[in-house]
Amino acid sequence: MSIEINKNKCIGCGKCRDVCPGTLIALGEDRKAFIRYPRDCWGCTSCLKECPVYAISFFLGADMGGTGGRLHTEKEGDILKWITERPDGRVIVTEVDTRESNKY
Amino acid sequence: MKTERIKTDILIIGGGTAGCYAAVTAAENSDKQILICEKAHIKRSGCLAAGVNALNAYITEGRTPQDYADYCIKDAHGIAREDLLLTMSQRLKAVTERLEREGLVILRDEQGKYVTRGDRNIKINGENIKPLLADMAQRQPNVRVLNRVNITDIDVTGGRINGAFGIGIGDGTFYIIEASAVLMATGGAAGLYKPNNPGFSRHKMWYCPFNTGAGYAMGIRHGAEMTTFEMRFIALRCKDTIAPTGTLAQGVGAKQVNVLGEVYEQKYGLTTSERVYGTAAENAAGRGPCFLRTEGITKDQEQSLLKAYLNMAPSQTLKWLENGELPGENNVEIEGTEPYIVGGHTASGFWVDADRATTIKGLYAAGDAAGGAPQKYVTGALAEGEIAAQSMLRYLDRNEPSGISEESIARHLSEAGRFLSTSDSPYTPEQLEEAMQTVMDNYAGGIRTNYRFSEKSLGIAEKRIIQLEALSDSLRAKDAQELMYIYELRERLTVCKTVIAHLRARKETRWHCFAENTDHPERDDEHWKVFVNSRFENGSTEIILRRVSEG
Repeated sequence: MSIEINKNKCIGCGKCRDVCPGTLIALGEDRKAFIRYPRDCWGCTSCLKECPVYAISFFLGADMGGTGGRLHTEKEGDILKWITERPDGRVIVTEVDTRESNKY
Repeated sequence: MKTERIKTDILIIGGGTAGCYAAVTAAENSDKQILICEKAHIKRSGCLAAGVNALNAYITEGRTPQDYADYCIKDAHGIAREDLLLTMSQRLKAVTERLEREGLVILRDEQGKYVTRGDRNIKINGENIKPLLADMAQRQPNVRVLNRVNITDIDVTGGRINGAFGIGIGDGTFYIIEASAVLMATGGAAGLYKPNNPGFSRHKMWYCPFNTGAGYAMGIRHGAEMTTFEMRFIALRCKDTIAPTGTLAQGVGAKQVNVLGEVYEQKYGLTTSERVYGTAAENAAGRGPCFLRTEGITKDQEQSLLKAYLNMAPSQTLKWLENGELPGENNVEIEGTEPYIVGGHTASGFWVDADRATTIKGLYAAGDAAGGAPQKYVTGALAEGEIAAQSMLRYLDRNEPSGISEESIARHLSEAGRFLSTSDSPYTPEQLEEAMQTVMDNYAGGIRTNYRFSEKSLGIAEKRIIQLEALSDSLRAKDAQELMYIYELRERLTVCKTVIAHLRARKETRWHCFAENTDHPERDDEHWKVFVNSRFENGSTEIILRRVSEG
């Protein structure tokens, strides 16, 4: 499992690089972020939440049952939207109200 | 290398749960200068990076701190420190209320009381818990945070701490930090054993893979007394995503079932180690794989689960959604993880007194770094951070600052310089890490052997780990990040040696899976209701047995 950074969207702000708990992300000479050690990602999704232009998505490795789906987040006020793009093209949005507790 | 010298009153190594809360406590109760050194960035570093699903250590209505301590001691099959558990438990309510005032969302009922999950847990939205803690620390005027500075060693002379050395991961600056009191808040150790998925997803593990046991290793090398490294922690998790199972078991009442659909959990007992053991035993008997029975839960329950996992382990939600295999229609497969050394769940770590002082004068430990008090979880780590901070302030009142000698600085600088070289090495830190994990997996009770080991197999493990330690001298790094990987590997090797020594010392099987000794398969209360402690001295690990009443 790891992340994918869309170079076309990346604005080179470096926030994902700063926040990664494994210091795995760097800025290239083109000032675009890239993951230097993809196999060392913990899957915490901190970088997704930090990215102001939603350029980062998260995926499961094939070794853990991933089949090509992607997950990214977008924030609207208190609502954190988790957007799943399924391999069949279907998009599922799960909205989490950050003011509400987990039910379980 | 560029060097920078800093003097501070209190140095906190590791800006995670315990470290941040200790900094806040020390800052709010004194005008002392406090420095946090964090190898990543305190906003999302450590165990809480993704969030947490519940607060698992809380004194619910009608319960007392003594009840919590009693529960932990029972769950640890008698090997836990009552004094540490009580002093921690007495603070659980106050630290929780403080976090709520800072913005943590905690579920309350119509009467305004916290909604509980079981006897000791309360329900929260813990996705942003780490940014909240980081903000609390950063807004204190007398707290300075150095992000991306990896502490590689402490400086100790005559049994007393003088400070620490670190390396900036961004620019390779060598830091010399002189401090009167130091808190070890580095967390526990992941990555010692081969993980469930050792390939591309090797870091999809239960515990933070960036917690390398650095604090333990620094303490061990300087002769600190350590405790209970043989009580490894193995988590029972959702297969592949290694996401929590408690949310399913306690949240929707899902039972553990084997492939035949039989509920097996009552057969093996319900302590933490017994739950893992049950699953391992069913698999060994050919009745695996095992599952949590979620089939038949309502659509509402399913939606709540999808959201709850997004707040702490988003992989699980993605797995359910991307394949359309939702938990209401499919039981969730479970497995045991590889073993970890982690003082917040089991009792491994620094041997501390009730002030959280280690056996090195001026060095304190809290959270996963501190031993003797299992099941402290997030709130217990906060409580220990608070206790340690208050103790350090009292220590500063009684002791004059000391300094780091020029000889020690030169020695540490030269070591870093030797590793940081463009010359070739036959090995990389990654290769040696994989070799270490394979050795531990095969010979020191990893997943491969169903967590079982023997004195003979431990002998092989020890020999191989010592070989790898020698090979690690030849490693070379091209930049500061690679240099960090060399230090991390060496930390893990030091911790492995201590784990092996402890596993060998306890000649019984008190906890299935956590320490499954095939030469001594029974529990032996007559001889082994004791703490197994150790001290590394003159190149070897000396075992010290202490009675459970000690401490």
